[in-house]
Amino acid sequence: MKAISRVEGRAYPVGLKNIDTDVIIPAVWLKTISRAGLGKGAFESLRAVPGNVFDDPEYAGAPILIAGDNFGCGSSREHAAWAMADLGISAVIAPSFSDIFSGNAFKNGLLAIVLPQAAIDRLMEVARTDDIHIDLETQTVTTPFQDRFEFEIDPFRKHCLINGVDEIGLTLKSSDAISVYEAKLSADRPWLAPNPV
Amino acid sequence: MSTPQTLYEKIWNAHVVEQRDDGTCLIFIDRHLVHEVTSPQAFEGLRAAGRRVRRPDLTLAVPDHNLPTTARLDSHGQPIPIADPESAQQLEALERNAPEFGIDYINASDAKQGIVHVVGPEQGFSLPGTTIVCGDSHTACHGGLGALAFGIGTSEVEHVLATQTLQLTRSKSMEVRVEGELRAGVSAKDVVLHITGVLGAAGGSGHVIEYTGSVIRALSVEGRLTISNMAIEHGARAGLVAPDDTTFAYIKGRPMAPSGADWDAAVAYWRTLATDAGATYDKVVSIDAADIAPSVTWGTSPEDVLPITGIVPDPSAFADPSKQEAARKSLNYMGLTPGTRMTDIEVQNIFIGSCTNSRIEDLRAAAEILKGRKKAANVKWAIVVPGSGLVKQQAEDEGLDQIFTDAGFEWREPGCSACLGMNPDKVPAGERCASTSNRNFVGRQGPGARTHLVSPAMAAAAAVAGKLTDVRAFAN
Repeated sequence: MKAISRVEGRAYPVGLKNIDTDVIIPAVWLKTISRAGLGKGAFESLRAVPGNVFDDPEYAGAPILIAGDNFGCGSSREHAAWAMADLGISAVIAPSFSDIFSGNAFKNGLLAIVLPQAAIDRLMEVARTDDIHIDLETQTVTTPFQDRFEFEIDPFRKHCLINGVDEIGLTLKSSDAISVYEAKLSADRPWLAPNPV
Repeated sequence: MSTPQTLYEKIWNAHVVEQRDDGTCLIFIDRHLVHEVTSPQAFEGLRAAGRRVRRPDLTLAVPDHNLPTTARLDSHGQPIPIADPESAQQLEALERNAPEFGIDYINASDAKQGIVHVVGPEQGFSLPGTTIVCGDSHTACHGGLGALAFGIGTSEVEHVLATQTLQLTRSKSMEVRVEGELRAGVSAKDVVLHITGVLGAAGGSGHVIEYTGSVIRALSVEGRLTISNMAIEHGARAGLVAPDDTTFAYIKGRPMAPSGADWDAAVAYWRTLATDAGATYDKVVSIDAADIAPSVTWGTSPEDVLPITGIVPDPSAFADPSKQEAARKSLNYMGLTPGTRMTDIEVQNIFIGSCTNSRIEDLRAAAEILKGRKKAANVKWAIVVPGSGLVKQQAEDEGLDQIFTDAGFEWREPGCSACLGMNPDKVPAGERCASTSNRNFVGRQGPGARTHLVSPAMAAAAAVAGKLTDVRAFAN
């Protein structure tokens, strides 16, 4: 995972609640066996509407997206995070995220930042004209107008994001502990071993 | 005396390999289901890093999302090639990756093939008290057996393949208690639609929900799987139903389940899992069964639920301004006008299938309504997609396929099909579908498709009436 500690630039003011994974990337794009190139299908149904923010030159290349409650609800498809990253988005700010989406975003170095609705309303306003700054180190979102919003983030996730940690590599350091667990499991619940299908 | 614990706490505690100071736990995964759509990049990642699958014996692969549901073998018993080159490539990738990494693979023409969430319980791979993951959000389904089961992304699929664990933080717990007796015509699907309407699409966020109460206890395992399946539609990480004698009777004798002395030991363990008296949940929601009617969705979020006797709501009637805007957009997409009676909405398509409602009990409920009846002339496309080859066989043994085809339905091969519009089974733009699936999202069943989520019996009734209709008028 690439390290990330700061995101700054324009933000797509989307604002809708319950933006689901089928809106972020429809299933027809999921036939790929690669992680790359999914930006083409990102937000396809929203982009079909004339005058949408994604095709507005004002926001071209914006690294941030602002949304309403429950962003990324629905499917577990990590393609949603890949598609957003491919579109050039590095951070999403919303009042809440689906659990699976925020996990997928994290694994791809895409910041999923939770702020209260009042802060979202203010950022939606700023986004129309000015840049927004996100600093992971200090856990703050700021604007050129002296707005300053602090956000919470799981300390483990923060550490992994700032240091670009390979999580599988990290877990593999616990291989011995996993072996100990497996041995105890075989002794305590031997019936758990499945018969071959 | 030890502190009383919930079912969730018991399963969680039994799977902690390591706990870090910040509370993150390394959790052991007992079962991993793999399908073609969310796994190719994970296997590629393993190859690139020179890593192997730690526990192929705890991993089971089966194709489902992308498979066409038309005939799979020609008259000589040879596999029929898949027309779409991208789909074919993705299915071939799984067929190659599974043996390369030593994983059991059920192929597309095997009678055991089906939707992962139907196959797992059916084969006895999914068991109470286990942790089960799959790169699919409806993995919550297996919670109906009392397993802690949840969907994961592809990076996590790769993590589980490599380590048989996940780095997780504990969720909060919620009890959704449904007490009383279900009214006539009300099925498990109506119960979970109603729950989703009450909680909202994000109501379960950050929580693992245990469904309790007399209504849940009285349900079959199939019904419990339907309810837990849609835990994700009210935002929960996972759903759970405590295992009981109904569960044990369902699992006993299934091919991959414990047998002999192992069976007795397993049941003895499973009996210890129920939530202890005095254990507390972070949140409790009570629902009266008498309030649940045959239900249907009107919008583009599963929380947009109404009793079939309801009328399309006026967006300005919602208190929350963002919901007002969402409702306006939903009604525009759905082509509906506030004040319209739900029973006046015509449908052109019927889909009976998906991991929510494609088990034998679901097909029986739909067939009971369709017996001796035919779909209305305005219903252009009606399909039944059994959840697995074994469900299909059993339905054929019971003569259900004949009832469906006599009524004007197509009888298909198993898979995810029109639930997500990934294979060729799609609802045309601007048309409506009464669907037994789990999501009514914009474009879910195909670009521009308009989905109304219903139970299998309600879908069958809609086929006959040619519009959304109250199944209670159809009692045979």
